[in-house]
Amino acid sequence: MTTVGDKKYKIIGTRPIRHDGADKVTGRAVYGIDYHMTGMLWGKILRSPHAHANIRGIDARKALALPGVHAVVTGQDLPVAADREVEAGETSLNYMHLSDNVLAGKKVLYKGHAVAAVAADSAHIAEEALALIEVDYEVLTPVLDGREAMKADSTLIHPEQTIKALAFRFDPGTDTGVKSNIAGRSVLKLGDIDAGFKEADVVVEREFSTSWVHQGYIEAQNATALWSSDGTLTVWNSSQGTFNQRQLLAEILKQPVSMIKMVPQEIGGGFGGKIPVYLEVPAAMLSKKTGRPVKINMTRTEVFEGTGPASGTESRVKMGATKDGKITAAYAELVYEAGAFPGSAVGAGAQGMFTSYKIDNVLIDGYDVVVNKPKSAAYRSPGTPQACFASESVMDELAEQLGMDPLELRIKNAAGEGDRRADGVQHPSMGNLECMERLMASDHYKSDLGGPNRGRGVASGYWGNAGMPASCSISINPDGTVGLAEGSPDIGGSRVAIAMMAAEALGIAAEDVHPSIKDTDSIGYNGLTAGSSTTLRNGWAVFEVTNQAIALMTTRAARLWETEPDNVGFADGVFFSKAEKELKLTFKQLAGKLMETGGPISVAASVAPRGAGPSFTTHLVDVEVDPETGKVDILRYTAAQDVGTMIHPSYVEGQVQGGVAQGIGWALNEEYFFDDKGRMLNSSYLDYRVPTMLDLPALETILVEHANPDHPFGVRGVAEISVVPPMGAISNAIYNAVGVRMRNLPMAPHKIVKALSEKNGSK
Amino acid sequence: MAISKTHVRTTLNGEATEYLCEPNQSLLEVLRDVLLLTGTKEGCNDGNCGACTVNMDGRIVDSCLVLGVEAEGCKLMTIEGVATPEGLHPIQQAFLENAALQCGICTPGFIVATKALLEKEPSPTEARIRHWLAGNLCRCTGYDKIVKAVVDAANTMGGKK
Repeated sequence: MTTVGDKKYKIIGTRPIRHDGADKVTGRAVYGIDYHMTGMLWGKILRSPHAHANIRGIDARKALALPGVHAVVTGQDLPVAADREVEAGETSLNYMHLSDNVLAGKKVLYKGHAVAAVAADSAHIAEEALALIEVDYEVLTPVLDGREAMKADSTLIHPEQTIKALAFRFDPGTDTGVKSNIAGRSVLKLGDIDAGFKEADVVVEREFSTSWVHQGYIEAQNATALWSSDGTLTVWNSSQGTFNQRQLLAEILKQPVSMIKMVPQEIGGGFGGKIPVYLEVPAAMLSKKTGRPVKINMTRTEVFEGTGPASGTESRVKMGATKDGKITAAYAELVYEAGAFPGSAVGAGAQGMFTSYKIDNVLIDGYDVVVNKPKSAAYRSPGTPQACFASESVMDELAEQLGMDPLELRIKNAAGEGDRRADGVQHPSMGNLECMERLMASDHYKSDLGGPNRGRGVASGYWGNAGMPASCSISINPDGTVGLAEGSPDIGGSRVAIAMMAAEALGIAAEDVHPSIKDTDSIGYNGLTAGSSTTLRNGWAVFEVTNQAIALMTTRAARLWETEPDNVGFADGVFFSKAEKELKLTFKQLAGKLMETGGPISVAASVAPRGAGPSFTTHLVDVEVDPETGKVDILRYTAAQDVGTMIHPSYVEGQVQGGVAQGIGWALNEEYFFDDKGRMLNSSYLDYRVPTMLDLPALETILVEHANPDHPFGVRGVAEISVVPPMGAISNAIYNAVGVRMRNLPMAPHKIVKALSEKNGSK
Repeated sequence: MAISKTHVRTTLNGEATEYLCEPNQSLLEVLRDVLLLTGTKEGCNDGNCGACTVNMDGRIVDSCLVLGVEAEGCKLMTIEGVATPEGLHPIQQAFLENAALQCGICTPGFIVATKALLEKEPSPTEARIRHWLAGNLCRCTGYDKIVKAVVDAANTMGGKK
């Protein structure tokens, strides 16, 4: 394998303006929600007002009679999809369940569950028509709490569901035959925790809970579908993975993938939430019925209630350490609410917690539990923020009881190359310890807090990152520029990074590479824009196509110089004759001679890389708590992260900062408020309350470039992990400031006031 | 039965613009679905995210909260009116140079809101910028680079309106 991590680069590490930039700052870029077709109808979705009910019947006759209404579809119009489990970005889903999720069959399983869809001349008429659809519900008791749902006498949401013992996250599992709302139980075990806890001088065991939260992408889900009279289905949407969604649609609609084309539009955020399909199915069905293109956009309330937020969780964590601070054992029980269908990210959470440390004895017992809430989906480092909030809070208490600096405790136990994760996998070369040490040496760490009610907290995090296949193609233009076709939707700057790697390999400027994102008929298979994998895997694809292009151009230079290709070299963007030093042509010069030496050159390649470099990070935060109101202000925040080789440092830093901001929201404000009937009470941005510019300080970063030895350009995933530590770090900082341990998220002002009054009252 | 439409006359990005709209259509719908100016983005459609920010008679408004008929006689400026044939506006350039966008869906709203700020207050403090733009949500960047871009744009513009 070629490793060029220590090479000096010309393009990699610079900060060119992104290729899609001008279109995005002028409003020209077309996002899924902007897509428009002549003769297009508008669709709307009727959603369940109940969290749990049988559908006795649906009568759409009055809606269909409304002028301007063209068609209505319901779950009864869908074929029966296969009962088969597939991965969905660290969460999982089952085709049959997914079909039931996009249009309910016999039951509605959460408030907001799609029941029917209408196509009309305008969105306003479609909305009017929704009110005319009569649904006869038999309302059932909702099951709304994970721990309650696990009990043997709980109402069963899926009466035939049995507990599957999962050996690994996506293992089909051993069926225990026990009927339960517990869909899966996964156990990770390393060493012997009983022996480990016996060695410990200090043991801390605590319980935690976290609320449901949403990714909060600004562009709502949308889909425009045209089921053409030749039987082909084309979908224009906002997607984190067109090939994956093509497969999902093929399974739900019972069509071959060859009849479906997904055309990715620009995507206005996703963070995991735009991996599954939702509106694509009803839009396609409505188009089939009407023969016209149909567009459906979600409202913000539909996004909150009807897509895939991140699981609410309950957990119990126990850790033990010797007097000198060596962690001897760690145990966790994780209960993740999957929502209406199985497939939470509990397995990924189990894999992510404790992983920053070398611990020989670990047991993690994870439960995937269905409740009458929306089906959870991936959200940035899926499952891991919830688990690490718990484990990093316990780490802080361990440090306190040991009388150690919490960062020092982490440094003492930092996992390194060759150490094992709880699932037995050994860590590759990475910069975990370096992040901790750089943070300890930082100005922030050495600074004074400078006031009362202020505190400082630290927390670490791990995220494994993903690999997944990628394909791209390049075509060489006569002027020496290069067209670069990709198939991975660019959600945050990957396009410029991928183009920069191509430019680096070819010895041309980043601006001379013209990247574009293609539809599923125009490029080879690409995995999800998820798992922090897009730049990594497309870097591999670019490495392949540029190597092949250079080899082809070498033969052209050889032809010009009447020699053998072996006698032609290529370095720093220049082809040269090894024999005659005066013979040389730049990439651009030779590109201009392709027509006369055998014709144009274009190259395509598909790769399926392994060796996604894992991410490690440690965060430091200063807070000030107002003891009167319980409001927490973030005074200063520094994230130290191993980011591998940075291709475009600004966008790497932006990913780190963006995850921190989401983590701060998760820590302090964001949550789904459900009433006792399972209805979300705060389904608007105002009431859900994502952080605004005013809520956050400048976000500082320490970017440790520990090149991924398993990547040609040293890339490791950078995008997700930064959302993992903020909750633990802030909780620890609040304790440091005012002496209360906040063990359930969010750490909202009213909870802090209550905790303070309990603390003061007990004195 | 079709709803009767209202004839509305405005000045949009410096040009006299007329449109027909239904009484229940918001200005955002008119811009996007009638005039096909999709640079003004829809984020929440309930006035909480600022993605649909436009300038209406010198004030920034969430166009999802304004009815199309209310724009009668108004001067409107949308993201499509910020750049000139000569090139990008310094604010747009600053957003690009500072990597102040990731997915970019909130960017038009931020730029329109920033332009209104810098026309009023050429040299705002960071605190003032954070206060002025608090009605514009961004979920990707953590805002850090947006603030830097606005400071950068203010410096480039040198207090010129």
